[in-house]
Amino acid sequence: MGSEPEPGCALRPFAVEQGLLSRPDGSAAFVQGDTSVLAGVYGPAEVRSSRESPERAALDVLLRPKVGLPGVLERSREQMVRRACEAALLGELHPRSSVTLVLQVVSDAGSLLSCCLNAACLALLDAGLPLRSLFCGVTCALAPDGAVALDPSARQEKEARAVLTFAFESTEKRLLLSTTRGACSAKEVEYVRDVHGTSV
Amino acid sequence: MAASGLSAEVDVGQVVLPGDVLLLPAAPNADGERLRLGPSSAPRGRLLCGPGLRRCAAGLLVTKCGLLRHRPPAGAGTGGGAYWVDSQQKRYVPVKGDPIIGIVTAKAGDIFKVDVGGSEQASLSYLAFEGATKRNRPNVQVGDLVYGQFIVANKDMEPEMVCIDSSGRANGMGIIGHEGLLFKVSLGLIRKLLAPNCEIIQELGQLYPFEIVLGMNGRIWVKAKTVQQTLIVANILEACEHMTSEQRKQALAKLSES
Repeated sequence: MGSEPEPGCALRPFAVEQGLLSRPDGSAAFVQGDTSVLAGVYGPAEVRSSRESPERAALDVLLRPKVGLPGVLERSREQMVRRACEAALLGELHPRSSVTLVLQVVSDAGSLLSCCLNAACLALLDAGLPLRSLFCGVTCALAPDGAVALDPSARQEKEARAVLTFAFESTEKRLLLSTTRGACSAKEVEYVRDVHGTSV
Repeated sequence: MAASGLSAEVDVGQVVLPGDVLLLPAAPNADGERLRLGPSSAPRGRLLCGPGLRRCAAGLLVTKCGLLRHRPPAGAGTGGGAYWVDSQQKRYVPVKGDPIIGIVTAKAGDIFKVDVGGSEQASLSYLAFEGATKRNRPNVQVGDLVYGQFIVANKDMEPEMVCIDSSGRANGMGIIGHEGLLFKVSLGLIRKLLAPNCEIIQELGQLYPFEIVLGMNGRIWVKAKTVQQTLIVANILEACEHMTSEQRKQALAKLSES
């Protein structure tokens, strides 16, 4: 493993339950502290001819917020989760079919995108879809004084100068997704990714 | 950074996760139960790479989460046996040779479109029934249940099924009668029920006599003498997945008393 984790870089207690929904082919609920996301996967199923691809399965991600209709923020998060899932899923084994992943936010207390990524990975695993590797998501918050907090709560995210989310795959710990909100230097991004991201 | 990602010694019967790479044993005579880390020459004979595993440069890549299983080679010294991952799934993916129960959804000229629970509907030719000729067409309507097997099932083509075996005889396949109940269970339960000398079927048979058809696509058709008995058998089979054998024996004992 890497160096000892610094204080403030501990993850909140997390829990998982798989196979809790009866209708979807695979489902998982992921809880990180007070943030909780429910994921359901349907697939490989029939696909509309407009979405059909002769090479791989068409992956659709739908993110439903706790209240209100999905907006632009949900759409951008859907695309990020979709890209991470497509890198891990062996879609070539199911051409001309569709895989639909529905994420429902049950409660949001910070680190929502990484909770969605974790729930998505476990739901794909529960559905028995072929995967190249597992992946996980982790969020880091950079406080104005430069201190790093892993898996920040909603309050830590609000006070932070920048919030970074990474997704790593399980075989060689390579980076699948990296997204930043706020202002931070490129060196800080690399530091957070190399030291704190891979020690997770 | 972390190691190269290759898994250490994995015994057959352990849980494996997607992304694990299993190296094949170096010596062909070695015990096939262990998959070791280290340089390996190609093993003698053919190794069968079953569901949940794919060939990769270093060895076998695990793609599904489950228990790793191994079957030693049947003949003496030939082949390397078979490895596969026992995983749990609800959604069926067509495999050639699997017996399945399908629901006829459409008649299109000379073929029937059958829903088998996969991503595509399968096609069934009207000549693929025992004793069917161009003049003597089988009496199949939309909504009928058919029990057949796949002759073509791969990821690139539409699946095709037939209700006769290779010699032209029905061998139990064909249209399933209009009574009875069709319900869906998970694929793992079907495999358990299809194992030889399955206790569940034998114990249920002592309770009520019934007819049962098991499809590898997770569908079961049951018919008993009365509707109530049919529903009881169906409920027990659905619940079997989550019951231990003692709980099942208790439930059956309670039912046979009443």
